[in-house]
Amino acid sequence: MFWITGLFNSLAFAAVLFLLAAGFSLIFGLMRVANLTHGAFFMLGGYLATSAIGAGFWIAIVAAGAGCALLGGLVQHLLVQRLAGRELAQVLGTLGLSFIVADQCLLIWSGDPISLAPPAFLQGAARLGMFAFPLYRLFLIVVAAFVAIALWLVVERTTLGAKIRAAVDDREMARATGIPVSRLFTVVFCLGSALAGIGGALAAPVLSVYPGLDTEMLPLALLVVILGGIGSLAGALIGSVLIGIIYTFGQILLPDLSYVILFLPMVIVLAVRPEGLLGRQAA
Amino acid sequence: MKTVGIIFITAIACILPFLLPGNFYLGIATQILVYGLFAVSVNTLAGYGGMVSLGHAGFLGIAAYAYAVTSGTYGFSPWIAVGAALLIGTAAAAVFGLIALRTSGLSFLMITLALGQIVWGVAFRYTDLTNGDNGISLGRASVISADPLTLYYVCLAVLALVMVLLAAFIRSPLGAAIKGVRDQPRRMSTLGYNTWAIRYVAYLVSGFVATVSGILYVQIFQFISPHALSLTVSSEAVLMVIAGGIGTLFGPLLGAGVVVLLKNVASAYTDRWPTLLGCIFLFIIIAMPEGLLPGSKRILAGMIGSFRKGAAPSASLQPTSRAR
Repeated sequence: MFWITGLFNSLAFAAVLFLLAAGFSLIFGLMRVANLTHGAFFMLGGYLATSAIGAGFWIAIVAAGAGCALLGGLVQHLLVQRLAGRELAQVLGTLGLSFIVADQCLLIWSGDPISLAPPAFLQGAARLGMFAFPLYRLFLIVVAAFVAIALWLVVERTTLGAKIRAAVDDREMARATGIPVSRLFTVVFCLGSALAGIGGALAAPVLSVYPGLDTEMLPLALLVVILGGIGSLAGALIGSVLIGIIYTFGQILLPDLSYVILFLPMVIVLAVRPEGLLGRQAA
Repeated sequence: MKTVGIIFITAIACILPFLLPGNFYLGIATQILVYGLFAVSVNTLAGYGGMVSLGHAGFLGIAAYAYAVTSGTYGFSPWIAVGAALLIGTAAAAVFGLIALRTSGLSFLMITLALGQIVWGVAFRYTDLTNGDNGISLGRASVISADPLTLYYVCLAVLALVMVLLAAFIRSPLGAAIKGVRDQPRRMSTLGYNTWAIRYVAYLVSGFVATVSGILYVQIFQFISPHALSLTVSSEAVLMVIAGGIGTLFGPLLGAGVVVLLKNVASAYTDRWPTLLGCIFLFIIIAMPEGLLPGSKRILAGMIGSFRKGAAPSASLQPTSRAR
């Protein structure tokens, strides 16, 4: 009973983690940019959704995604692209930006946690024998699975995906064959940021939104990406489930030390496979 | 010339307390020394070792908490607490180094960030030990000295000692090897150097210096809370290093001076320090990636040059190759 419920909650949390980490992994894997604004976008998405909820749940989710996509595009265009080829400057630039975004969120939405009510048809629970699963968490898992499949299809099965992969493998050659590399990277950045925003919005009914949510979630996403293997979508999925389970059970069993337990998977995976579970061997 | 400069700055630092109008300013000067030492520790790793850590506040925090718990909670004498903090802080660096050095480059940066946040999470959640968000306050009896003037000179002496030792360390063959591994890891490896061990030593030295700064931190504030080991503090240290000039011995001290002064001045006018911090980050990275001093020199030289030629300046914002 305890284990089943715990596992279910772990998977729901893993779904949120996946939305967050997949966006980060997408940008990092394709562009070699570690976008540290990602956690702030997650929080911003949550806040945007709480403000737009008056227009309906779905509109709020779309607004969060669109807002973060727009901002992400601006970040790529005005900052990341300008610092092309300077990895460290890009990371630190996005880090500086994350402080600004988080601080402005605090200014606009104040310091109190804001929660978001799930839509009426997702309230309540599904009963299965003696177990009751909250519908909204079930919905989170379904959404994450859907996003995972959609992302995989886009990257592996569409012309857009092929162009992106070409641009990643050999930027100059891709340019020479007429692929608009810079615009493609902007698209990728928008997409990744939108995922963070949507993740934050969808997580709001479960986690609620509060200052510090960004720096709480970002390291978890980094762990997911490092454990799963950089740039690997399947790796992000496995990493999310792993961290989701360990973190959730850690919080139930050892609330004081739930953070320390995160060392465990990190130490084991890095000891055996420093490039991550599904990561390619570093060049 | 350089020696004269160092002697001059040391002399100024020695008589500074008598030039300052009051204890408030003396406190800020002491803060600069402590944060300067912390920035030096980050620079040891980032500047000479080429490994940028975004979790160094974790070491500062572990040392400060180790001190506060030993001396405050358990009532041991300050010197025993210093020993315990040195031991625990360095041991933490030894363990974290084993984990973080499995990776390099951006992954290293990401993993140090995660490690730092894990330490923050423990300080925040493990309330039995750390008193959670409220932090631990120390009485006057639990620190080495509560007198501002004594504290200033203690911090100055420790900083000076660390700087002298570090300068010798950087010039030593081992220091040269650390820089070698930063610039040409493959060649160093081919030459038979154990690149992993060399990186690990750099990490340990850096962690040790951060530990020392953590002990000084808890002396001057007589207080430690999770905020002292947040990502913001780690990032401020990286900013100090970049602003002052990465990979230079005294640059981080200059950077610490600028950032601590800005923070104190800004706090008088606005609560929006994080926004300001972010803006300074962006400004330095975009306009002066090589640091404030060389950056200002370059921009000034460019302006004078264009003035003489009477031609429009072609902004020479050459991207440096420091990104690697």
